[in-house]
Amino acid sequence: MANTTTLEAEKKYTWGGGKSPFTVSYGKLMMWIFLLSDAFSFSSLLVTYGFIRFTFPASGANEIVKPLSHTADNFVEAMREAHLFSPEHWPLPELVFNHFPFLHGLHLPLFFVSLMTFVLIFSSVTMVLAVEAGHRNAKKEVAFYMLLTIFGGIAFLSCQAWEWSQFITEGASLHGNPFGPTAFAALFFIVTGFHGFHVFSGVVLNFIIYVNVLDGTYERRGHYEMVEKVGLYWHFVDLVWVFVFTFFYLI
Amino acid sequence: MSNTHDNHEAVGHHDEHAHHEENFVSKYIFSMDHKMIAKQFLITGIIMGTIGMLMSLVFRLQLAYPDTKFAFFESILGHWGKDGKLDPNFYLALITIHGTIMVFYVLTAGLSGTFSNLLIPLQVGARDMASPFMNMLSYWFFFISSIVLLCSLFVEGGPASAGWTVYPPLSALPKAIPGSGAGMTLWLVAMVLFIVSALLGGINYITTVLNMRTKGMKMTRMPLTIWAFLITAVLGLLSFPVLLGGSLLLVFDRSFGTSFYLNEIVAELAGGIERTGGSPVLFQHLFWFLGHPEVYIILLPALGITSEVIATNSRKPIFGYRAMIISILAIAFLSFIVWGHHMFMTGMNPFLGSVFMLGTLIIAVPSAVKTFNYLATLWKGNIKLTPAMLFAIGLVSFFISGGLTGIYLGNAALDINLHDTYFVVAHFHLVMGSAAIFGMMSGIYHWYPKMFGTMMSKSLGYIHFWLTFISAYCVFFPMHFMGLAGVPRRYYANTAYDQFNVFIDMNQFITIAAILGGIAQLIFLFNFFYSIRNGKRSPKNPWDSNTLEWTAPVEHLHGNWPGEIPHVYRWPYDYSKPGEESDFIPQNIPDESQNGDPMVEPKAPAVPHHTEAPPMQAHVKEVVMFAGLRRLFGFAG
Repeated sequence: MANTTTLEAEKKYTWGGGKSPFTVSYGKLMMWIFLLSDAFSFSSLLVTYGFIRFTFPASGANEIVKPLSHTADNFVEAMREAHLFSPEHWPLPELVFNHFPFLHGLHLPLFFVSLMTFVLIFSSVTMVLAVEAGHRNAKKEVAFYMLLTIFGGIAFLSCQAWEWSQFITEGASLHGNPFGPTAFAALFFIVTGFHGFHVFSGVVLNFIIYVNVLDGTYERRGHYEMVEKVGLYWHFVDLVWVFVFTFFYLI
Repeated sequence: MSNTHDNHEAVGHHDEHAHHEENFVSKYIFSMDHKMIAKQFLITGIIMGTIGMLMSLVFRLQLAYPDTKFAFFESILGHWGKDGKLDPNFYLALITIHGTIMVFYVLTAGLSGTFSNLLIPLQVGARDMASPFMNMLSYWFFFISSIVLLCSLFVEGGPASAGWTVYPPLSALPKAIPGSGAGMTLWLVAMVLFIVSALLGGINYITTVLNMRTKGMKMTRMPLTIWAFLITAVLGLLSFPVLLGGSLLLVFDRSFGTSFYLNEIVAELAGGIERTGGSPVLFQHLFWFLGHPEVYIILLPALGITSEVIATNSRKPIFGYRAMIISILAIAFLSFIVWGHHMFMTGMNPFLGSVFMLGTLIIAVPSAVKTFNYLATLWKGNIKLTPAMLFAIGLVSFFISGGLTGIYLGNAALDINLHDTYFVVAHFHLVMGSAAIFGMMSGIYHWYPKMFGTMMSKSLGYIHFWLTFISAYCVFFPMHFMGLAGVPRRYYANTAYDQFNVFIDMNQFITIAAILGGIAQLIFLFNFFYSIRNGKRSPKNPWDSNTLEWTAPVEHLHGNWPGEIPHVYRWPYDYSKPGEESDFIPQNIPDESQNGDPMVEPKAPAVPHHTEAPPMQAHVKEVVMFAGLRRLFGFAG
């Protein structure tokens, strides 16, 4: 009974001052607010993407190329001749993103980007494990999972570098695009680049935190809240990728 | 652990640093003290404001005397004023930089940066901002941004000249006009730095208000200034990133050959460049998604300051405290869904136009609630006409006269006629420019003793107010008529059009009024800087105000209060409370009925507030004011 009254009193005074209404530290609150703000910068780019994309009609059906079938060396030209790639309409992403390292000549629609997505989401899982280990003040585990997360981030960035270079080799640039409207390539570079920059910053942050974990900074501090804060950022970057993936590759 | 981290822990953190040695650099330059950072913002804002105002005088002279040669133009502007004639391209640069400086550097950073920094920790009862370091960064990003913008005045081709809204293609094609080159690039760099500054500041303001309030400072006991700063910060936080995205794409269009904002039409006009697929209207959407909330980023802090100043100097509780909060929230929400009213002329679907129109007109409702609350607060108040109070009442005046024309402009059909005319210039200079500047002035006069520990001269304040007030109306009111007659804005001279030649006298009148307004600001500048050292020493609570900042000592302490932070026992508007001896009760004074528990609401007075005035007089006034209303509702008795 007495317990309930105290709880109710506590609840009543949530916004009464003298403490954080969300029972979080100011640093964590700041991270949440920053992420909310950053969501709007990504939104502005994705809205731009939608705005420009829908000024173009969609491409025709993709019946002629089956997954895992062999593609000719002049695949892009063939697609242009078949009017599947044309400056008049938005290209089908599965015809554009069909390469995989070391598997030259196979039509593997979206296989590689699916792998990238898996890597990034898996790095979120390791981040969760690091945060959880932090709650138990298990220094070694935190360090281990942070390291895995960093590897995941680097792997994702490497994949992106390969994808970009493949895209550029095929002739895409900020002002040219063999697959269709120039805006397609330009938007691809800007949006995935902006996201990649966020991943890169995340890796740098994660690395700093990793070094601090090894140093024992947080052990001395008594809590691993910094790991939680970079964790928030890392999950946000993953979440954004889900949207980028959906809009650029799936739809 | 993180979950138990509370205010006291943060307080403890600041206490450790409360008495460390400070040298010149850490005290005055790279200061992390919110009060010093507020002063840095204010003085930078005043300098930028002076520059912006001088620019407006130059182009006002050109508009009033288009055929006259001013020898001093050549001496101050060099080749932009050859033979005493203002270069038309430089005219465009002047209006662009004037707008940019006034909107962003003075009324966003100068206003919000100054007063959010000064008042948030002091009025919510915190030792400092949540992150003093980020606060310092916020100022220095702003400072560098100001320097970059001013540097753009000296590059080849002159500063950005596409208007403060920097619409493409003038901003997207580096060779479009002289100002589209290096000047435009620097404008974008300055803006990106500015956005970073605004975000760093905003994150700090929100966090401090939410997390660092002292015990008893419930959300519904916060002064309306704090509510206004909080919502302003939220607006900035959600809208500036969109401009960041828009600017990023603009940089790519300018420098890396993309065409997000360029299409076949623009490309052909620009002489056969290969640009297809984008749309200049896209930039307008991205820009105004920031641009419209920006109007309220400018206005809300001014309205918050006015609420505080009017209540204090009327010696009356603010009328409709909760209605004020709800209005702020409603204005903030609506401001995000009305940006299209700046774009009625872009070939927008008329149905969409009507949706934007409806939203725009609805903003009149919370704005009117605020206006009437100000008037009701003043009514029967024991009004103290300090300079701050005069400026606050001036704000209410401009808010009404400028707000009413907003109802015309928000109308999609009327806007076809009025778009890009002087009617628009008159509208936003009254409702956003003058009103916000008056709010800022009100804040400066009111909190000057808190900032510098001295008082500004009252007499000079009165002269400053009346000259500014008269000149502002003389400058902007006639512009409505020019706009209705169709005079377009942003034109170097209207001499080529016979039908506009009748306005040359009006233009001269406006320019003379503007010069008068400029002279009035000299009085202010003298008063401001002279009083820092030579002003009368301020008492602790010069205006008998209730809010917490006046319980802190006049000398600035790092950490604001020497002992414990005061607890808060009541709302900030207990002025002339019936049955009390003093006509004000500061927030930190407990009521007997509370038994020392700040969370309990103090007992309401036995007598209602309005019976305090002499009964006979009140009765007469009431009959006069409400007779009509009563009859309308059918209970005239």
